[in-house]
Formats: sequence, structure tokens, C-alpha cells
Amino acid sequence: MRPILVIAERKLTAPGRLNPASLEAIAAAQELGRHLQAPVQAVLLEAEAAGGLAAELAQYQLEAVLHARHAALAAYSPDVWTAALVQIVTAAQPSLVLLPHTYQVRDFAPQLATRMGAGLISDVIGLSAAQGEPRFLRPMFQGKFAAEVGFAARQEGAPGFATLQIGAFRADAAARGASPAPIRDLAVTPPASRLQAGEVFQEAKQAVDLTQAPVIVSVGRGIKEPKNLDLMRELAAALGAELAASRPICDAGWLPMDRQIGSSGQTVAPKLYLAVGISGAIQHLVGMKGSRTIVAINKDPEAPIFEVADYGIVGDLFAVVPALIEALRAAS
Amino acid sequence: MKILVCLKQVPAKDAPLKLNQAATWIREDVSFETNEPDAFALEAALRLKEAHGGEVVALTLGPARAAQVLREALAKGADRAIHLDAGEAAAGAPPLDAFAIAEAVSRAIAGESYDLILTGLQSDDAGYGQTGVILAELLGAPHATIIMQVEPAGERRIKVKRELESGNFQFVEMPTPAVLTIQSGINKLRYATLMGIKQAKNKPLARMTLEEIGASAGLNRQLVHRLFVPSKSKGTTLISGSAKEQAAALVAHLRNDAHVI
Ligand SMILES: Cc1cc2nc3c(=O)[nH]c(=O)nc-3n(C[C@H](O)[C@H](O)[C@H](O)COP(=O)(O)OP(=O)(O)OC[C@H]3O[C@@H](n4cnc5c(N)ncnc54)[C@H](O)[C@@H]3O)c2cc1C
Repeated sequence: MRPILVIAERKLTAPGRLNPASLEAIAAAQELGRHLQAPVQAVLLEAEAAGGLAAELAQYQLEAVLHARHAALAAYSPDVWTAALVQIVTAAQPSLVLLPHTYQVRDFAPQLATRMGAGLISDVIGLSAAQGEPRFLRPMFQGKFAAEVGFAARQEGAPGFATLQIGAFRADAAARGASPAPIRDLAVTPPASRLQAGEVFQEAKQAVDLTQAPVIVSVGRGIKEPKNLDLMRELAAALGAELAASRPICDAGWLPMDRQIGSSGQTVAPKLYLAVGISGAIQHLVGMKGSRTIVAINKDPEAPIFEVADYGIVGDLFAVVPALIEALRAAS
Repeated sequence: MKILVCLKQVPAKDAPLKLNQAATWIREDVSFETNEPDAFALEAALRLKEAHGGEVVALTLGPARAAQVLREALAKGADRAIHLDAGEAAAGAPPLDAFAIAEAVSRAIAGESYDLILTGLQSDDAGYGQTGVILAELLGAPHATIIMQVEPAGERRIKVKRELESGNFQFVEMPTPAVLTIQSGINKLRYATLMGIKQAKNKPLARMTLEEIGASAGLNRQLVHRLFVPSKSKGTTLISGSAKEQAAALVAHLRNDAHVI
């Protein structure tokens, strides 16, 4: 049986450690492997000198860890990653290659799939099998719909590729093996990269730490204009809350970047998160869905934010928020 | 620099979307607009041209209605436009996937030599997030994704700022021709001026059909079997009534049930 291959990823800021999204991909592959009766193998790309990570991966229930080492693999480049993985995938002959939908994977996976004459199904949130073929669930239209997707007829022997949305599968569901999986060393010969990458860096240090705030009022593009922030500040004051925002609000400079919630901002889990005029794109949800109580105020009943909300008010925020400020003041 | 910008027309942000009969795509009787990251890609191209000279060509693939994104791009300052007309069959039939779109674009621009090709990082409809990268691979050009800054870096080279996870960034240099996928918020979008709208009428807008370039949904590498409204994972308590009633009920819930205020 051809294996399912998981491409593991090292942590961006701590390359000696695994990106936990790799374990989510292993858990997903193991689950699908049970449906398809296919073994799971994991791939690790590392520079010559590195060590330890392959043994860590081998703790999981895998048929093998494919360990490719080469000096060029010290730092990421799409050219190098794609060329190395073409060699590995060609040798391993998997039916399916699963990758976590990280920034890095988004950068090279479409190139890799295309070079191998294969298709890539991105941002997958669910897996199943129909007649021995994998089926995938993925969001479309910004999460307003989910789609069941499969590969078009493939050339005999060509693998399929899929990337898994971060958080859609549980890292702690990755099964460990009774004994360590064998580690197979693979030789790869990537070409020189056409790209020269600089150091990874952060912009100015964050001045506000929203992770400690017990109550957060978070505002999105539904507030229409920056002058309406005054109304939102009043609401925040009435709740004793910190003010936060979706990305477009910070991109536009209406609030500073360190008040952005989401995959490229802060991740928070307050006891109360009030989302006002926020649609609930996945990149926003990952930053706040762990909140204890979530309230959404949005005029669109189909807005995905309602999928994670405990309390939902479908209505015009410009009517609801003033009424809410009044009710809170009356109640205190 | 000669810059190609690929733009897609997608349903407007606040359009109430409904599925078609077969539940394979949405019904098309909604309003459409330029995909947001693509608008930022166009803006980035126009700014590069204004600072360093050159030409900006706007391209879209879609049915007749999609030509509107090109007219807007021309009004904002693009020099000319190319419409890969997917025909009316595109309404209802399975749309082209990221691979088929990239293949069509690569065929349409064969013979032209662009220094830079910009796309949005993903579209608000299918959300594949792949078209630009696949196009780069088909053209044999280097690429970089989720770009927050672009500038020339000497003869036939560019320097870009990539957005990486958890607030990290990285500068990357590469030779041109190159393909970049642009992140929303990289710049501030301009509006078309009246003058621009007037001038746009005289700018060239070339049209090619998919048949002419030998592209179709037959090249798709993925099949959408069906779309559906996702089931709610949480039992959301929806609060109805007037704004005043909603506010009072919410405060009561937060105090008495959730105990958070
Ligand atoms: C790589 C990447 C990283 C990203 N990182 C982040 C991130 O960290 N954080 C983040 O937030 N986003 C992030 N995004 C962007 C994300 O995809 C969405 O575009 C963004 O979250 C949308 O913000 P929004 O909900 O405010 O705006 P919109 O999606 O435009 O939603 C506005 C909402 O307001 C509602 N509304 C409008 N008027 C009213 C009214 N009068 N009353 C009530 N409701 C109203 C509308 O119904 C709509 O639901 C990222 C995207 C990418 C691709």
C-alpha cells in the first residue's frame, strides 16, 4: 500500500523544534490512513549539523521517518524545498502528501504539486474517504460555505497534495508508536536558490499585552469609519474592557498593530470577547475562539463569526451598541 | 518595469450568497467586485510604475461581467488590459481551479516579457491561495508570497518583505522576472478619478477566449463535489427583538448565565 506522506516543519523562530502544526498533520494522516488502510510516513528536512528532531518524530506511530539532510536545508527557500521534496516524494511514491497550511507551506506547496504534475487542495478542515479515494472539506467564500473536494482524475502513480488548516486537527490526537519508527536517511541534491533571504525579524515590540485582558471589545470593518471608534471606546469603558480589532482596522491605521487579534496578531482567550462588525474570517477566529464567552454583533446572519459565538445579535451595530452601553450603565 | 497584475472578480463582500441548484457553486445573481488583495496588488504595481517608470497591464479571467475589474484598473492608471473571456458557460459550470487559471494566464502571456507579475495572495471566493505560485512555476520564474513591500534592488533585481507567522517578517531578494502574491494592507488604495475614468475609455482592452488559448475547466486538478452551509459547532443563543430589547437580554445573559460581568 502506498503511504501517506506528512511533510513536517521546523519552528520558524526555533528551528531545533517542531512546528506543532506538524503534529496536527500527523494526526490527520493517521486518521485518514485508517480509512484508506495506508501507512503514514513523515519527512523532515534539516541541515547537516542538526539533530534530535528525527528521533522526536520517530516517537509517533509512523511507518518511517524520511530524514533528508543537506547544508542547503539550513534556511527555507522555495526553490530548495521544492527540489528536495520532489526527490523525496518521487522516491517514497505516496498516494497522498499532507502538509500543515503554514506560511511556509503556502509559499512552496503549489510549486511542488505543479512540478510533480499534481493538484493541491488547500486549507483542508476535514478528511474522509469515498471508494478508496480521499475526500476533503475546505472553506470557500470566506467560510460562508464548506466544500467537499476531491482530486480530478490523476495520472497513474501521481500523488495528491493537500494542506491542512491550522487548528482543524488536534496535535494531541497524534498516536505514539509502541516502539520508535525507523529513521531512513535520504540524499537530496537541491540546486542553489534564486532567492536570497535575510534574517527573520519582528517589527517594533508590542506595547499592549491583550492576552491578560479579562474582557475584550473587538471591532471590525463594520464600524465603517474611524470616528466611530469613539462609540466603541464607550462600550469598552462600560464593560471595563480593552479595545482590539480585526486586521483591516489596524492595516488602515485606525488602531495600532498591537491591538490586532488573529493569526498575524495576538491570540487571546479572555472570559468575554465581544466581536462588533467582524465577519469571522478564519485568520481572525484562530486568535480568539478559545475565549470563554463570545458575543457577536453583526448585521449579516450568515457571518461565520456566529459559528463560534455563544450569544449572537443580528442587527445594526449602530443601533445595538448605544443601547448596550445604556443597558450596561443602568445595570452597574 | 513592465508589470502584469492578475485580478479576479469575486462576489461583493456584503452580497447575500445562495447556492446554485446543484450546490456546486453560488448563484450568480449577486453584485461583484475586485478581489481585495488583487486591488492591493494593482496599487503596488501603479506605485512602482510611478516611482520607477514602466507599464502596468491588468489581466482578468472570467465571464463578460469580469471586464468591469479591468475598466476600474484602467481608470486607476493601468496602461492596458487583457480579458481572458471564460464565456457565459462559466456561470453555473465548474469554474477553473487555481491550476487551470494559472495555465490559462501563462498561455495568454506567452511571448510577452514581464519583469514582474503581481497577484493577490488569495481570492475571497474559492480561496485557493495558489494561483500566483503555480503561475511562477509554469513560467519558470522565482516567486515570493504574502508580500508587504516591493522595491527594485539594482539591475533586474527586486527586494520584497514577506510576512511570516506570528508577527515575523523577512526581506528576500530575487532576480526578475518574478511573481509576487500581495497581502491586503500593503498600501492605501486609491480611488479612480473622473479624469481617469474618462481616459480609461481610450486605453486598449484586449479580449481572448479560453478556446483561443486552449484552456478550460478540463485542466482542473481538483473537483468540487458539493458546497453546503457549515453546521454550527456551538449552540449559539440568538437574541432577537428591538435593539433595546437585545441589549437588555444580552446584559442579563452575561450576568446571570455566563457570569462574565
Ligand atoms: C495570511 C493572512 C493573515 C491574516 N491575519 C489576520 C489577523 O491576524 N487578524 C484578522 O482579523 N484578520 C486577518 N486576516 C484577514 C482576514 O482574512 C479578514 O480579511 C479580516 O479578518 C476581515 O476583517 P473584518 O471582519 O473586520 O472585515 P469584513 O470581513 O469586511 O467584515 C465586516 C463585517 O461587518 C458587518 N457589518 C457591516 N456593517 C455592519 C453594521 N452596520 N452593523 C453590524 N455589522 C455590520 C458585515 O456583515 C461583516 O460581517 C489575514 C488574512 C490573511 C490572508
